[in-house]
Amino acid sequence: MSAPVLEARGLVKLFGRVVGLDDVSLTVRAGEVLAVIGDNGAGKSTLIKCLSGAMVPDRGTILVDGEQVHFKRPQDARDAGIETVYQTLAVAPALDIASNLFLAREIRRKGPLGSVLRMLDTREMRRQAEEHVKRLGITTLQNIGQAVETLSGGQRQAVAVARAAAFGGKVVILDEPTAALGVRESGQVLRLVKDLRDQGLAVILISHNMPHVFEVADRVHIQRLGGCAGVVTPASHSMEDAVAIMTGAKTLTASAE
Amino acid sequence: MTTHVGKPTPPTAAGDLLERPATPGQRLHAVLHRQPALSPAIVLILAGVVFALLNSRFYQLQNLSLIAQQVAVVGSLAVGQTLVILTAGIDLSVGAVMVLSSLLMSKLVFDNGVPGVLALLAGAALAVAAQAVNGLLVTRIKLPPFIVTLGTLSIFTAITLIYAKGQTVSLPPGGFLLWTADTVSIGQLHLTNGVLLMVALYVVIGFALRYTAWGRHLYAVGDDVEASRLAGISVNRVLLSAYMVAGLAIAAAAWILVGRVGGGDPNSGLNANLESITAVVIGGTSLFGGRGVVLGSLIGAVIVQVFDNGLALAGFDPNYQVLSVGILVIAAVSVDQWIRSVKA
Repeated sequence: MSAPVLEARGLVKLFGRVVGLDDVSLTVRAGEVLAVIGDNGAGKSTLIKCLSGAMVPDRGTILVDGEQVHFKRPQDARDAGIETVYQTLAVAPALDIASNLFLAREIRRKGPLGSVLRMLDTREMRRQAEEHVKRLGITTLQNIGQAVETLSGGQRQAVAVARAAAFGGKVVILDEPTAALGVRESGQVLRLVKDLRDQGLAVILISHNMPHVFEVADRVHIQRLGGCAGVVTPASHSMEDAVAIMTGAKTLTASAE
Repeated sequence: MTTHVGKPTPPTAAGDLLERPATPGQRLHAVLHRQPALSPAIVLILAGVVFALLNSRFYQLQNLSLIAQQVAVVGSLAVGQTLVILTAGIDLSVGAVMVLSSLLMSKLVFDNGVPGVLALLAGAALAVAAQAVNGLLVTRIKLPPFIVTLGTLSIFTAITLIYAKGQTVSLPPGGFLLWTADTVSIGQLHLTNGVLLMVALYVVIGFALRYTAWGRHLYAVGDDVEASRLAGISVNRVLLSAYMVAGLAIAAAAWILVGRVGGGDPNSGLNANLESITAVVIGGTSLFGGRGVVLGSLIGAVIVQVFDNGLALAGFDPNYQVLSVGILVIAAVSVDQWIRSVKA
C-alpha cells in the first residue's frame, strides 16, 4: 500500500470545556475515498476544519506526504494541495462559472497588458475552465459564461467540485456534497467523486447518507462523541453495523479491523 | 443502485412549455440583468427628449457644457461611492472628506505658501488616510459601514469647521489648484479640465473593475463575503482597498471643487454625500453589493443634473427637481429589486 498523502495524528480540539476532538487520527492515500461519518456533534466538521486549515487543533500533528505541516488559514492547506468543497458551496452567484473556477487564482494576460495594466486573460480562463469541466465529464454545465445564480443546486455543486478537482493537487475534501441534492444530481456528484479517485486524488467525503457512503467509499472513518470509534470497509461491515457503531449500539472489536 | 448520469432527460408534459419563447418581459429582464447601466441610459435619453421638447435651449451646446461642468464634482465623488457600494457597503462621509481635503489644499497654498502641487498631494494623502480610517473600522472592528461613516461624517465635518475657523479661502486666479476650472473648448462645447479629470477617473476605475483581478474580487466580496473568503480572497484587504481607492476619487473631486469654488469653503458640498449615493443608485448599482458598473454612476449623476437644468429651463419651481430626484431614487431601487431576482 502506498504511503498516506494526508495523515492526522492525535488531534485534540477543545471549545472551552466542550471536547470537540479527542485524540483523533486519520490517514488517506492517493486514489482512495475515505468517508467520514458520525452523528451530529460527533466531531466530523471539527475534524474537517482542522484538515482544511479553517481551524487550528489544540494538540496533534498533521502530515502531508509525510512532512509535518501547520495550517493557520484555509489558504495554507490549499497551498499544500488540499482543496475543500464546503457545504455552503462558496461560489459567488453573480459571477460566471469560469470566474468562479478561477476566483482568487486569476490568470493575467501575457506581456505588458498583464504585468503593467494587470489585465485578466478572460479567454484563457474560459478555455481552461471548459477543459476542466470536460475532463471531469460534467455534462450539466453547458455554458461556461453563465452566471452561477442561474444554476440549479446540483450544477452549483458541480462548479464547486470542479474547482476543487482542478486545483486540488493531492486531496479533495467534500463536506456533505449530496445533502441538498435530488437523486439524479446526487448520482452525478458520486460519479464525480469516483472520477477524482480514479485520477489518483485522495478524497475525503463527509456524509450523513449511508447508501452514498457505502457506494463510493473505500474505507469509512466513524466519529463518535469527539473520538474515532473505528475505521471499517464496506466489504467488512454492513451499513447496519456502521450505524450501530456510530450510535454506540455496537463497539468495534479489535479483531474486526 | 442505478443513476441516470448524462442521459438526456425524457420528454415531459412540461416539454412544450419549456420550448415556449420568452415573453417580452422575460427578455427585458434578461437584458437589464446583464447590462446594469442600460436602464439609467434609457431614462437619460427619455429625459433628454422631453426637456428638449419643453425648451429648445436645452440642447444648445452652451447648456450642455454647463451641465457637464456642474456634474464634475458629484460625478467624481460617485466613482468612490460606487466602489464602496459594490462591496455591499455605503459611505456617508465621502462629501465631508472631500470638503476637508479641498480646504487643506487651499489653506496650505493660501496660509502657508506651499506650492500647489504639494498642496494637492497633501490633500490627496489626507483623503486616502481618512478613507483608510473608514476601511479599518469596517474591517478590523467589524462595524457596519453605515455606522462607521455616519460617525466619521460628523468627525470630518467638525474637523473641517474647526480648521476653517469660520473662514473661506479665495485663491488668486492662475494658481495650480485652479487648473481644474480652466476651460477646454471643443468648438462650441466649453468643458473644463475638471470635467476631463472626471472622465479620466471613470476610464481608469472602469478598466480596473472590469479587467483586473482586484475588480473581480471587489465584485465577489460584495456578492458573497463568505464564499469569497473560502475561495481564498483576502476579504479585508479588498475592502480596505475599496475605501482607499475611493479616497483617491474623493481627492480628485476635492481638486475639482477647489476649481469650482475658487478656493476652500467649509460650507461647500453640503449635500455631496447624499448626491453621490443618489447618482450611484440611479445608475443601477445595487445597494446589496456585487452588481453594477461605474459608468452607470456617471449616467446617474448626469440624470440628476439634467433634471435640475431641464426643469429650470421649462419654468418649473426648483422644488420639483428635488421631488423628481426622490421619485427617481425609489424607482431605481425598485427596478434593481426586480432585476436582481433570478429565474434559473
